[in-house]
Amino acid sequence: MEHITTPKVENVKLLDRYTNRKPANGTLYLTATHLIYVDASAEVRKETWILHHHIATVEKLPLTTFGCPLLIHCKNFRVAHFVIGHERDCHEVYTSLLKLSQPVKPEELYAFSYNPKMPKDNREIGWKLIDLKVDYQRMGIPNDFWEITDANKDYEVCNTYPPEIVVPKATNKATVFGSSKFRSRGRIPVLSYLYKENNAAICRCSQPLSGFSARCVEDEQMLQAIRQANPGSPFMYVVDTRPKLNAMANRAAGKGYENEDNYDNIRFKFIGIENIHVMRSSLQKLLEVCETKSPSMSDFLTGLENSGWLRHIKAVMDAGVFLAKAVKEEKASVLVHCSDGWDRTAQVCSLASLLLDPFYRTFKGLMVLIEKEWIAMGHKFSHRCGHLDGDAKEVSPVFTQFAECVWQLMQQFPCAFEFNERFLLEIHDHVYSCQFGNFLGTCHREREALKIFEKTHSLWPFLLQKKQEFRNPLYKGFTVYKELKPNTLPFSFQFWCGMYNRFDKGMHPKQSVLDHLLNCMSQKIKLEDNATDLENKLPFLDGPLPDEVCSLSKIVNASVESSKTPMLNTPQDYESEPPALLTNGAIVEEVIIMPDQDQRNKENLANHHVLPDLNSTTEVIESDAKKEKLQHQ
Amino acid sequence: MEFAELIKTPRADNVVLHRPFYPAVEGTLCLTGHHLILSSRRQDNAEELWLLHSNIDSIEKRFVGSLGTIIIKCKDLRIIQLDIPGMEECLNIASSIEALSTLDSVTLMYPFFYRPMFEVVEDGWHSFLPEREFELLSSVTTEWRLSYVNKEFSVCPSYPPAVTVPKSIDDEALRRVATFRHGGRFPVLSYYHKKNGMVMMRSSQPLTGTNGRRCKEDAALINATLRAGKRGYIIDTRSLNVAQQARAKGGGFEQEVQYPQWRRIHKSVERYNILQESLIKLVEACNDQSHNMDRWLSKLEASNWLTHIKEILTAACLAAQCIDREGASVLVHGTEGTDSTLQITSLAQIILDPKCRTIRGFEALVEREWLQAGHPFQQRCAQSAYSNSRQKWESPVFFLFLDCVWQILRQFPCSFEFNEHFLIMLFEHAYASQFGTFLGNNESERCKLKLPQKTMSLWSWVNRPQELSKFKNPLFEANCLVIWPSVAPQSLQLWEGVFLRWNRSSKFLDEAYEEMNNIIEYNKELQAKVNALRRQLAELETDDGMQESS
Repeated sequence: MEHITTPKVENVKLLDRYTNRKPANGTLYLTATHLIYVDASAEVRKETWILHHHIATVEKLPLTTFGCPLLIHCKNFRVAHFVIGHERDCHEVYTSLLKLSQPVKPEELYAFSYNPKMPKDNREIGWKLIDLKVDYQRMGIPNDFWEITDANKDYEVCNTYPPEIVVPKATNKATVFGSSKFRSRGRIPVLSYLYKENNAAICRCSQPLSGFSARCVEDEQMLQAIRQANPGSPFMYVVDTRPKLNAMANRAAGKGYENEDNYDNIRFKFIGIENIHVMRSSLQKLLEVCETKSPSMSDFLTGLENSGWLRHIKAVMDAGVFLAKAVKEEKASVLVHCSDGWDRTAQVCSLASLLLDPFYRTFKGLMVLIEKEWIAMGHKFSHRCGHLDGDAKEVSPVFTQFAECVWQLMQQFPCAFEFNERFLLEIHDHVYSCQFGNFLGTCHREREALKIFEKTHSLWPFLLQKKQEFRNPLYKGFTVYKELKPNTLPFSFQFWCGMYNRFDKGMHPKQSVLDHLLNCMSQKIKLEDNATDLENKLPFLDGPLPDEVCSLSKIVNASVESSKTPMLNTPQDYESEPPALLTNGAIVEEVIIMPDQDQRNKENLANHHVLPDLNSTTEVIESDAKKEKLQHQ
Repeated sequence: MEFAELIKTPRADNVVLHRPFYPAVEGTLCLTGHHLILSSRRQDNAEELWLLHSNIDSIEKRFVGSLGTIIIKCKDLRIIQLDIPGMEECLNIASSIEALSTLDSVTLMYPFFYRPMFEVVEDGWHSFLPEREFELLSSVTTEWRLSYVNKEFSVCPSYPPAVTVPKSIDDEALRRVATFRHGGRFPVLSYYHKKNGMVMMRSSQPLTGTNGRRCKEDAALINATLRAGKRGYIIDTRSLNVAQQARAKGGGFEQEVQYPQWRRIHKSVERYNILQESLIKLVEACNDQSHNMDRWLSKLEASNWLTHIKEILTAACLAAQCIDREGASVLVHGTEGTDSTLQITSLAQIILDPKCRTIRGFEALVEREWLQAGHPFQQRCAQSAYSNSRQKWESPVFFLFLDCVWQILRQFPCSFEFNEHFLIMLFEHAYASQFGTFLGNNESERCKLKLPQKTMSLWSWVNRPQELSKFKNPLFEANCLVIWPSVAPQSLQLWEGVFLRWNRSSKFLDEAYEEMNNIIEYNKELQAKVNALRRQLAELETDDGMQESS
């Protein structure tokens, strides 16, 4: 709170960068966690909440006749353009926001003060919702070939890996430790996903410290053990997800890539995904295009092309598809790495799992996948998302790209995912929000040191609470689609307006099919209840029912049986899913009771110590008035 | 002429057919007067392909030894390949297809030979008569009349016999105005906005020439649509520059001095072969699967197709805005008033008038604003994206209109009674059809060809319940609002259903559509069930009541 010198500024305009509508006029509040703008000019009270952690940049633009413009770019791609009457107010807000948006110490992060007022037990149970061991069990591990080892319990093998890792049963401690000496930052080959049907595995690691000629017997043994854990295939792939040139350059620094001559029966392959710096600048260019005011079609498409963004998305997708194919069709195991094995490797391994295994396309599955491949395996969320004031060159949209790949798949396979686009956006929001402990720090060890399991809440139970709004009404269930084989021709990739122009509502379809169908789903439940009620009220009849009722029930039954229709896909029906899914901590859902959702009220707002509720980190409450807007300048 | 003369080899065996999404299949190829048919010898002589010659846009021949290959590119953008053993057979078949797909006499086209296998419930040729449309108008305003000044097609050859004009303007004045407008296309009513009584008219350019010729009847005609003290807008679909250049050829635009009550806005919309080139480039980009991402995006950009979509929609939104927001009447024209003018007037109606978003209403719109308004379908749709002829009159004007409608449909998925398939069906039939609807260039030609007597109307087929059900949008919920589409580049997309239709499988998207349909249908059934149960319960209660009281 010491950063807030001016908690309330009146007569602030909020410009709409997309339409030429009259700017809103209202009051801007700074709270400990949020910037809140209340539009006083709207007929219906409209609030814009921006979480301080979501603020990427704050700029003071040159003074205009209307006042002092303050331009805020958010990490979830909101752009807020305020105009503040007095220069002095503007400056104070500016300096406050600079400090608030870039906390220096981890303890300043929202998660440590976020207190949804729930029993302590629930918080603890919440952290147990996702148990990776259950996912390994689902894959059949431990088995004859793979085991879960606690070799890393004191982080002696690798300080950015979790305490428990899955390695070939044939390896011993010496191999593990030997190999760790030969891998960048000790990130040895460990199992990411086992395709149970043919024993082919996806494993991940960092680059070898091979330089121009170095080799390591234990590392070679490790790879051999991985290959032999899949008796069905005489060879295994080693995939370096970097462009070949980058990998070669690394040799000069004593790192590099595997020499095919030193490892038995490996097939080595480069997949050129660019590094975090290229990705960062690509996103920057993309956002500039998205922000251009009234661009022509040519401007937009040329800008989209020049940003290279979709090219990078396609590269990640191509790599994921390669892995999935190798495992499924060639029945070969794959070892994946990039440089440190925590960015591109995380993207590619998680995408391949998602393509191969329908479980990861469920709510629970995606949570497990993110916990497993991203959080546990040490994707440096804190650095990549710039949670704390730090090196700007470490920031990169690696996770955003993964989220986008999932979205691209959802476009091609609209019935294959249990969740909808909003679920992805919500997760993406919270990766940056620091409201929950999951994404804090850079690795498991650091999260332990931060005591996040004791002091913060987990995101996942909170998301499951809101399952109804995140569900995909078109989802056909667990068993309908097995592995996905997406089309990766360039025309199959679309610009994700819902992410990068998410807050420019005018650009989105004005009627949402998703909302319509979600409505249908809730209506369906009501109607079914109604029908049951009515049927119970009717005395038991000997005679025939009226014609239409008779024929109707026939139709319904027939359609249910014939086509695996959505009627089958009701909440009551989840029992038919494989038990592994249910054992994955599913019981917890019922136990957790979230506090009253509606804590945000006007009194709090006026007193400036708002307790932000669970609903969202940033959110606009818009008037529902269906105003016809003309947006074609 | 006998078709037999053109068919040198009526049949060939062991022909292998390759086409998108199906495995290659071997069979017998037969050529008839209007169709290319391939039947495989697999079970019960199943027909694998039944292609109208008029759907063929271009063909290519290739030979490897004595095995010939014909690549057929269709107007619906599909590409198929036939491997024909024997060089002579292959050459004969190729030249026959070439001749049969480029017949120059309309009366030899398939619609004149087609015998429908369905019962005609409602003859589409009489479904949308101007008289009936006028009746509807008369119920809301008395300021207009139906004029038969053009009943012999003598005043304006591209207008229908009956047009709607201001009541105060007599036929004599119309004749005079016609001499002042390109091709005799004097201003006529296109749309009446019930909400505020404002109107949209369309015409061709005025023939002012370099010396500023004027016509007081012309000014009187369009002024007759203005309310006292109100100004109107003239939307010229050419840039000011182009409009000025038109004067040298006798054309021109309405000068401020002569039309002081009108504000002229130039909103340039591209026309003619530039659009055709754009289509050709776009389809080429979609068909080339060797592209990397950069090349694809750069080719998509270079085709300019989406640029055209954006500019057409922008102009249409502007016209609609003038009418609905500014409360002003609008006159739209370009040069001839048969192309960009119709795109703008018809799209503006989709935006403004909920009726045009129903199936019936959309058909009426196509009939009124395209067919009767004299859009030269036969010229414009003579060739499609694989055209080699590159004639100036070939142009995907109607195709672009349909694409624009699709864009609006995508942004307002619950506001249209029809679905995407309906638009694709219209695209197909505009280019090649068994029905007579899109033959000829205007009403006059259709009359001379006696199309209503000799051919079947597309609407007769579409409007039967069996067909209609395929074209109904399950999400439709009638709303009476004006719908304003976004024309930001981020909001406009490639029409995948048409352009990628043959390049990628739509299996998963089709499944999603079916799933959506199921969800909505099931709810409707449930609702019906609940209603029936309620009724039943109510009846029982009244029965009980009666028993008690008796």
